[in-house]
Amino acid sequence: MNAWKQTRVTLALLSLAPTASAQTVGEEWRALTFGVFAAIIALTMYVTWRAARKVRTSADFYAAGSSVSGLQNGWAIAGDYLSAASFLGIAGLISLYGYDGFMYSVGWLVAYVTVLLVIAEPCRNIGKYTMGDILAFRNNPRVVRAAMALSTITVSTFYLTAQMVGGGILVKTLIGIDYEVSVIVVGVLMLSYVLFGGMVATTYVQIIKAILLVLASLVMVGLVWAQYGFAGPAYFEQVVGNPGIQARVASLLGEAGGVLTPAELGQRFLEPGLYLKSPIDQISLGMALVLGTAGMPHILMRFFTVPTAQAARISVIWAMAIIGGFYVLTLFLGTGAAMIVGPERILAADKGGNMAAPLLAQYLGGGPDALLGNLMLSFVAAVAFATIVAVVAGLVLAAASAMSHDIWVGVIKGDQATDAEETRAARVCSLIVGAIAITIGILAQGQNVAHLVALAFAVAASANLPVILLTLYWRRCNTAGCIAGLVVGTVSAVGLLLVSPNMSYPLQQRAAQQEIIRLQEVRIANLEKDLTLVDEARSQALAAARAASAQAKKDLNRLGTGTTSLVGLEAPWFPLRNPGLLSIPLGFLAVLLGSLLYRDPRAEARWQELHVRANTGIGRAAANAH
Amino acid sequence: MTAPDTVPTPASSPPWAALAAAPAFRDLHARKSRFLWSLLAFSVLYYFLLPVGAAWFGDWYAVKVLGPVNAGLLFALSQFLIAWGIAWWYARRADEFDRIASALATDLGVEAAGARRNPAS
Repeated sequence: MNAWKQTRVTLALLSLAPTASAQTVGEEWRALTFGVFAAIIALTMYVTWRAARKVRTSADFYAAGSSVSGLQNGWAIAGDYLSAASFLGIAGLISLYGYDGFMYSVGWLVAYVTVLLVIAEPCRNIGKYTMGDILAFRNNPRVVRAAMALSTITVSTFYLTAQMVGGGILVKTLIGIDYEVSVIVVGVLMLSYVLFGGMVATTYVQIIKAILLVLASLVMVGLVWAQYGFAGPAYFEQVVGNPGIQARVASLLGEAGGVLTPAELGQRFLEPGLYLKSPIDQISLGMALVLGTAGMPHILMRFFTVPTAQAARISVIWAMAIIGGFYVLTLFLGTGAAMIVGPERILAADKGGNMAAPLLAQYLGGGPDALLGNLMLSFVAAVAFATIVAVVAGLVLAAASAMSHDIWVGVIKGDQATDAEETRAARVCSLIVGAIAITIGILAQGQNVAHLVALAFAVAASANLPVILLTLYWRRCNTAGCIAGLVVGTVSAVGLLLVSPNMSYPLQQRAAQQEIIRLQEVRIANLEKDLTLVDEARSQALAAARAASAQAKKDLNRLGTGTTSLVGLEAPWFPLRNPGLLSIPLGFLAVLLGSLLYRDPRAEARWQELHVRANTGIGRAAANAH
Repeated sequence: MTAPDTVPTPASSPPWAALAAAPAFRDLHARKSRFLWSLLAFSVLYYFLLPVGAAWFGDWYAVKVLGPVNAGLLFALSQFLIAWGIAWWYARRADEFDRIASALATDLGVEAAGARRNPAS
């Protein structure tokens, strides 16, 4: 018996009397799952308690006193950035669609090259706590702080909503608690980190989560490799030879797949085209990812937690190593899940494929009836939960910082506030943003929020990035340009989204369901006439076709009688799912035109100082009180 | 020689105009700009070749290279190596830029970056 078979026998011996349950985690395992969650939460609470004692000034609350090391910050950035979408979503996409899912991973990493080369160090040299600080250096402080804060809050809110909904669903699926309660749990937990421990606690929670995430992934990939061979041609031979994967590709290709041999079907899994149909859409999404990260408030804020530009540089490099390494692992998490769990089971648990990684953990441990299987599932689920809470904490802190530092202290109080007042304001704003996050999370139940993350990146790339980049590098950039850029970038991104295929178009949806019904009727008619089929095969195929038809009819009824989308359109005006391709150039153009059509002596006068400081770091320590 | 500036700077802060006009600074800035922006352009272009290629040259991606591992998979994996390579190369050049910046600061009698750290909490 080879090593793997021995392991499986041992694992099987650990199983208890069971009943296979239709849900991912059976009733009897709920307590176990709950226990694992509780352990991880307890760890983070302990860390928060320790951190709370260190938070005394506003510098501590917003930026951990700029005392985080490059290495620590690298892990924290990874923890802030690797959201549930990366872990669950990408593993799921790869398990269901192969190569196209992996292409997604690439964009998320390459985005950091932009950050590393032109954003991280200048921002550390110029800013203090928020992106508003960077803009306020040369431009009219009150005006740009207000605009930048609004943009930060908008972007963070979009991202937050997607995370809260995801968190609620995850907890509900895995522990069985009601959606609303789950959202509240996520929200309250996250608020406790932020309120009591500010950026210090948030940083530690993000580091812990990143370490747990990488560990869990390494263990799972290690087990997958133990079973199928180390990554390399031999491993991929197994992938393309796997019958479950071949069947999945066949079902995706439909008629076109009928002429391919099983081996060719399997090979197709490693080729592009099973998921992403429109190349222009792909490019638009790519632009938003590659440029949006560099404009993401909660990522940029991480650079203020380190003491120097060199530390900021080191932290990005560490982050790239961790993030990149993780995404390479997702290739094996996804293909491993496809082989071990199988695409149908993954789809049955969640149509988006988000259960691929937890299910993989469960099956690696022996399946839904095994103790070890459910222990591993619980651990992975708890890690996914920690992932959501850590990212949400970072987002809330970013939005709250903008609210308190930029709006309340900067705009309303004109920079006249004591440190104690500012720290108190920061806590109050955190509470406000947290409450809003929980409320939106509850209200958004059942909505398709997947595109909100892409939208957040699109706004960040269209509004935030142009103004940050141009105020740092273009002498002529001024207040008018920044305002124009922020407004045009945000409005164009959101506006284009509202008229894009992401919205629900009842007429199109009804047509789609009717088409499914028609196709199934044709199939049923053909099956009944086909004399070459064995009776059993025919009745199975007939049953499947009839089930599909019934489902489509149910979906059709549920659509109701509306004819237009939210904004009153019958069909999308803008053909792309991601507005980036259009909104990003518009954002840059707006900054350009706004700056050129307006004269701002203050912006020009302060150029030399900004220029030298951004490039050399000279004077940063001395001028930190601004 | 100092360029006139319209915002009065307090006596204790560095002479920004002088620094900005210094030949050493201008040289540093020129070299940094060339390096950073060309590296960024390369990285963005190399990345976009991936979806563009997948869309319009999909047949090339399907070419098998090592057993079932095809050109597309290798190209996607190469993106990781390129990104890491860029990071490594940048780190090396950045050390050099730091040294030049420090020397510049010393020459003009200004505190170099990082000479005074924020008080630890």
